[in-house]
Order: sequence, then C-alpha cells, then structure tokens
Amino acid sequence: MYVEMKHINKNFGDFEAAKDIDFGIEQGKLVALLGPSGSGKTTILRMIAGLETQDSGDVVIEGEVVNDIPAGKRGIGFVFQNYALFRYMTVWENIAFGLRVKKTSKKEINKRVKELVQLVGLEGMEKRYPDQLSGGQRQRVAFARALAPSPQLLLLDEPFAAIDAKVRKELRDWLKKMIAKVGITSIFVTHDQDEAVEVADEIIIINEGKLEQMGTPVEIYKRPKTSFVSQFIGTSSVIDSFAGFKGFDEIKENSQVIIRPEFVEVFKSDNEKFKSLLPASEEGVITEISFRGSYLELTLEVNGVSITANRSLERRSVEIGERMHVLLYRVYLLEEDDARLYKNSLLKGVDVEAL
Amino acid sequence: MKKEIVVKEKASNQKEGKRGTKPHGLVPCLLLGVGVLFFLIMLVFPLAEVIYRSLKEGLEVYGAAIMAENTLSALKVTLIATIIAVLVNTFFGLCASWCLTKFDFRGKNILSTLIDIPFSVSPVIAGLAYLMVFGRMGWATPYVEKINEFLGTDIALVFSVPGVVLATIFVTFPFVSRELIPVMQAQGTAEEEAAVMLGAKGSTVFRKVTFPHIKWALLYGIILCAARAFGEFGAVYAVSKARGKTFTLPLEVDALYMAGSAESITQAFAVSSLLVLLSIIILVLKQIVEYRGKREL
Amino acid sequence: MAKKQKSKRVLPGFGLTMGISVAMFSLLIFIPLASILIYSFRMSFGEFLELITRSNVCQAFATSITCAFIASVINCIFGLILAWVLVRYNFPGKRLMDGMIELPFAIPTSVAGITLSKMYSDQGFFGSLLEKVGIKASYSKVGIVIALVFVGIPFVVRALQPVLEKLPESYEEASEILGASRFYTFRRVILPELTPALLAGFGLALARGIGEYGSVIYISGNSEREGTQMVSYVIMQKLNSGRVDHEGAAAIALVLLLISFLLLFIVNMVQVIAGRRTKR
Repeated sequence: MYVEMKHINKNFGDFEAAKDIDFGIEQGKLVALLGPSGSGKTTILRMIAGLETQDSGDVVIEGEVVNDIPAGKRGIGFVFQNYALFRYMTVWENIAFGLRVKKTSKKEINKRVKELVQLVGLEGMEKRYPDQLSGGQRQRVAFARALAPSPQLLLLDEPFAAIDAKVRKELRDWLKKMIAKVGITSIFVTHDQDEAVEVADEIIIINEGKLEQMGTPVEIYKRPKTSFVSQFIGTSSVIDSFAGFKGFDEIKENSQVIIRPEFVEVFKSDNEKFKSLLPASEEGVITEISFRGSYLELTLEVNGVSITANRSLERRSVEIGERMHVLLYRVYLLEEDDARLYKNSLLKGVDVEAL
Repeated sequence: MKKEIVVKEKASNQKEGKRGTKPHGLVPCLLLGVGVLFFLIMLVFPLAEVIYRSLKEGLEVYGAAIMAENTLSALKVTLIATIIAVLVNTFFGLCASWCLTKFDFRGKNILSTLIDIPFSVSPVIAGLAYLMVFGRMGWATPYVEKINEFLGTDIALVFSVPGVVLATIFVTFPFVSRELIPVMQAQGTAEEEAAVMLGAKGSTVFRKVTFPHIKWALLYGIILCAARAFGEFGAVYAVSKARGKTFTLPLEVDALYMAGSAESITQAFAVSSLLVLLSIIILVLKQIVEYRGKREL
Repeated sequence: MAKKQKSKRVLPGFGLTMGISVAMFSLLIFIPLASILIYSFRMSFGEFLELITRSNVCQAFATSITCAFIASVINCIFGLILAWVLVRYNFPGKRLMDGMIELPFAIPTSVAGITLSKMYSDQGFFGSLLEKVGIKASYSKVGIVIALVFVGIPFVVRALQPVLEKLPESYEEASEILGASRFYTFRRVILPELTPALLAGFGLALARGIGEYGSVIYISGNSEREGTQMVSYVIMQKLNSGRVDHEGAAAIALVLLLISFLLLFIVNMVQVIAGRRTKR
C-alpha cells in the first residue's frame, strides 16, 4: 500500500467529519473519494495532505507515518477546489512557485516550467494572469503548479466543480490521460458519481464521515454492500413495501427493496421472444411515459407499487393505460444498513443473458 | 436522474469558522503582543489620561466645570449643529446614493469621486471656504445683507450658529452616502424594477423594497456622521469666535485649555471627559449596528 | 447608421435625486471651495508666489508633509499588525479592541490634542519616559508624528480588515503545501493581495494627516523657529491674529488643496495600476 489511512477520527466541535476511516491505496492508482456534500470526503483529503490534523489515527505515506510532517514537506501536490491560483502572479510564476521556494536553480526552474507548460498545453500563455484564463485553463495551471516540485502523490479537491458542465467532460478525459501519462498516484474528491465512475480506477464511498465501500467502479455498481451505496450509485427507486412478486418468495412481506431500471424487463403479452419468461412475470399498467432523449422511461403500477423501467425506442410503441408484462431480474433488499442482492428464483436455468 | 442525498451542509463550511484561531507559536504571539501594546499605548492610555486629569481636582471642580454656563451653551450649540448636519447629510446621502447606484449616466464616476472631497480636505480649509463666501470680504456677503434688509432680519452666516452648522455639514458631508453606496450597489436594481413592473410608485418602491436593504448601513452612516459632527474642531474654529454663544464643546475645551491656569486645564479635561463619554456611546452604538447589520445579511 | 435610441429609465426619481445631489454638492461644497480659488486670483501671480514661498510657509508645508508621511508609514506597519491580529486570532477582549480602533474617528480632535500633549510633555507619563532616553516628544516633530499616528490608525486598519477577511484560506494552504515558509507566503502571496487596500489606507491617513489641525496644534508647540508649525496652523493664524490676512490664508489653502487632490489622484492611480496587474 502506498497511502494508508489507519483508524482516522476527526471531529469539528460536535460534528463528526471522519469516523474510524481505514483504507489503503496502491501506487499508481487513480482513486475517487465519492460522497454527498458534507460527508467528510474533503476533510479526509485534507488530512492526507496535512492541511488538517486528525484527532486520532495515522496517515501513512510510503510506509512512513507522516502525522508530524508539515504539509509542505510531505511531497504532495494539491489542486484546490477553486484552484487558489495566485492572482498577482503570471502563469509562469504560479507554476514556478514551488520550485522557487525550494531554491532550485534558475536554469532548472526554466526547464521544468517549460516542460510543464508544454505538458498541459498552455504554450504562449506563460505571461498571462489567472484572471485572463478560462476555467479549464486555470485548472491546467493548477495541475501544473501542483506537479512542478515532482510530488509522489497528487490530491485534487473537486477538480471539476468550478467548470461549466459543457467543458467538464472534456477535462475529465484530459485529466485522466494526464495522470496516466505522468504516472502519479492520485486521489480526487467528488460528489458526482458519473465523474467518479468515468475517471477513477477505484472508488471510495464516504457518507457521514464513514467509509461505506471501496472497490472498482464495476464492483461498486454490481455489488453495493450498503443501503447507502445501493442508492447513491446508479439510478434507483426505493420501494418501501415490496411483496408478492413472483420469484421473490424469500423476501419477507413489506420489505424495503431497491429496483434499478435495468433490473426490469417490460414486454407485451404477444412477444414471442419472452414467452418462456411469462410464468416469472407480473402484470402491470403503464401510468406514465417520459421521453428521455434516446429511450423511453416507463412508470408502471405493478402489485400496488410503481416501478420504473427503460424502453428502447426501437421496440413497439406503448401507451398510457396499456397492460404489460413486467419481469424483475433482481432486486437489492435493504436490511438496516446493508444491501443484499436477490435474483428472481423462477429464472433459474433460464439463459437470461441470451435474451 | 442523479440521486442527491442531502446531508448537513456543515463540513465544507466548517473551515470558514476556523477563521480566528487561538494564536499558536512564537510569531503569532509576538504579533498579538505588538498589536495589543500599540493599541494600549495609542488608544487606551489617552482615554485613561482624560479621566485622570479631569478628576484631578476632585468631583466638585469637575461638576462645576461641566455645569458652567459656557459649557452648557457649548453643549446646546454642539447638539444643534450635530442634529442639523445629520439631517441634511442623511437627506443628501439618500438622494446621492439613489441616483448613483440605480442609474447609469455620464459623469457618474466623477460625481461619486467629487462627493468624497470633504474627506481629503483639511477642516481648516472648510472653515476658510465659508469665510470666503460669507465673511467680511466674502463675495456673497452683500447679497446676504440685501436679503437681511429686505426681510428686516439680522442673519449672519459666519461667526454665528448657522456658520457653525454649515462648517459641520461640510466636514460630514459624504458620511452617509459613503456607507449607502456600496450596499445599494451590491443590491442592484432587479428588485426595484420588479416592484415598478408590479405597479408600485416611487415612494413605495423606496420604502418597501430599498429601505429594508439599507437600513443598517443608513444607521451606520448616521452614527459616523454624528460622531464626526459633534467632535469637529478645525472647521468650526475658523467660523466661530464668540465663547458662550457660538462655541461648540470642542471649542470650549480649547478655550479652557488655552487659558493656561492649572484650574482651567482641569476644567478643559472635565469637559473633554464629557465628549469622551459621548464618543464611547457612539462607538458602542456603532458596534451594535454593525453586529446587527452583519447578522441580518 | 441607426440613431441610438435614448434608453428609458425604469426606476423613478432620477431627475429629482440627481438634481438635489448636484445642487447640494454645489452649494455646500463646490462653491465654497471654488471661492478660495477666486479669492486667490484677486492677487497677482507675483504676490501669490511671494506669499507661498515665505520661509515659514515653506517650512510648514515641509513639516506637514514629512510628518504625515512618517506617521502614515508607521500606521501601515502597525495597522497591518492590528488588522491581522483582529482577523486571524481569537483572544479575550477582541471585540472591545475591534470597536475601539475607531476611537480616533469618534473622539473630538481637540480632546485628543490636549490629552496627547499632556501625556507626552516632560511631566506626562510617556513624555517623562521618553525624556530619559533623550527624546523630546511634546512640542517637537516627534509629537506631531504621534498625534498623526493617533488620527490615522483607523484608516489603515479599516481598509485592510475586509480584504483580509475575504482572502481565501486556500491561498495560504496552496503556498504552504508547495513548501513555502510562513514569511515567504506572507511576502509573496498575502502582501500582494493586500497592497491596494494598504495603499488606500495609506493615502487616506496621509491626506488626513497633512491637513490635520485639532489634534496637532497642542502637541506641536507651533514654533516657527523649531519648524513645528503645520500648514493648517499657519492658515488659522492668518484668520485669527490681530491683522487678518485673508489673501495669505486663501493662497496657502489653495496650495494645500492642490496637494491633497494630487495625493488622492496618485493613490488612486497606484491602486488602479496595482489592481490591473492581475489583468492587462
């Protein structure tokens, strides 16, 4: 493990920002700290950086406990949420700042800054001031400034929050590529699940100061361990009193379950393709149809609960009030804080994936 | 559809509360020490000095000094000048800030710079300026005399209470507008425009829409204006010569002090202590208004 | 080319408030000040020049400007420390201190003048202490500087406080994490941010100091021989002494006015340039 947080606790007054946070990150990985606002993810990042001191626990970097090492000596690059570029310094001076502080020779500073300006693609803008740059360009400067002293670990606090939605996606790809190119272990904080899923190798989900789950995006998507994660990741609707669905006899009546649109198959009764699945399906009535750009979102009333499903535009058209067959492949059952996956027992032996 | 799970918006704001930590380490303690020392020497000790000197000869002398005829007359003139200056400048402040912040016109920047002139002009010049207009050799004096003849009155605009009032108005002229302009600028015009669209009249727009936004800034400006008005010395000194008639309290302090005897100097400090008390009341009021205003934002 | 249509004003009261503002400003401020100019022009240029180049007048200008300058520099240093302490640290009595900073605004100048004069005289508390190390405070230029520091300190503190409060903490953190020392961070990151406000405070304190009257006249001693007359004192003397000299007063006042305006202009320019450095 390259970076380790060992049983970290942190309170602000009576607000618990970190409760027994414990995780490790391998060298070279790009990790997202994901959680809703106020979950404590930024505090965790700041404790790794040394900008905040934990009440108890150890921060370990490269096998060394760094609790007492000041932020400036931990060998960390940090990109702040609003970039915190020095307004009274040019792009060049901003990037050179960390090198000048270290009394690097002029020649070397020139070389390194030039290299970084090229890397982030800001040639010709060295003499500009931060106020003259676009949001994306500022992010590039912040990135270059953080990398200038050649840190071993890069931390980014909400790196895309200050950028227009339009440019954000482009910058995500850019940052991912850059980090891969530099090959630096990186941790970034975000509240946007799409961002985490698209950019990160691994995701750590934080909620109310607790670590909910850590894993690759696919793991987290497919196997949410807690009630919070199952709701936070992906699109999901919570059904409070789930009962009497075929194939889910094991689930007690009035349990709370989560159903994602992709768990649901909706088909007309004369559909030959799904004939074999008819015994496993329920009947429902369409109550709402919304056009979502590239597909339809259907809301159906089934057994007294409303279920959301997606339908490709290539399939036969449907209308409100129409009776449809509804098949649930699987659901997540919520028990206290945990989420458990249940598959439709009537589909055993049926080759669902061939459909 | 993204799931937004709202948790206490606290953690991210937590850091802002960090502003103002206990001083740790050598440098912060040193800075705090230097700051406090400077503060004590420059600001606290002079106050103590005034109180000490005013009570040097005992309470009786103190009481007599404060109840002296000249002092009471000076108090009256001071109050008159302060009240009129505050009223006039509040009226001006409201007009000026309205036209400077709610409209765009050519010369706006020049006007807003000009308004601040009295800040950078020596008070002595303010007094002198009125002498040049209304004094013995002032160009407006013949006209004033004609008006007096016509009305059968005997109004003098310098070396008189009106002169004192004018000088006081001059030095406190921009105080209210200066506090109002930034607040009204920040507020913009959208709300007023909405009110006009809904059919509200000018006075209603001001009372119902603008006023609630600016009331603390207005009060703050009034307090600053009053503070400067009752304490003005240089400008008033130039246009006021009759002790016991047109002297304000600061002038009375000067007259007592300049008389030079140990007793009169003690009296000067006794009258000063009255003014110090007034200043402290003003500062407390100011602090309250500032605090309330900030809390309401 | 289409004729530019006159934009309509949606909000009421423009003409009224504009008229009142301009009228009041003209009557109460502009015309009286202009009268000084008119009065000065009654003299020939030679007379004017002779009046303002008299040795006591030149000396008074030199005294006013140098003392106000020194006092403003001192105020910048201590004002910065006070503002920093008030924004950054928590300590008992902080709110009291914050409120008292404006005491020099609220206290009448004559009260401040006589008090400081007594405190720093050779019989006063600080005066006797300074006397022991051979410094004569009251009735010397040192005294003038002390009085001007007193009246000028709130300008600097109040100019800096809001800027310091708004300075995002991430600025310093960014510098810290790049390995800069506290002092380096202050010098290279914080000070440039504060410079415009510091200059504004400096300019206001300087303008106030040059024209100051009430708080200075008691402590200065007003001796022509020792060069402790302030310009404002010289003007007032011309209005008060047995032979009233309006021309002289007007001429000196005009020069003082011009100096104040020039100063204000320079400070504004420097501020604009300092502010523009972030964007060209």
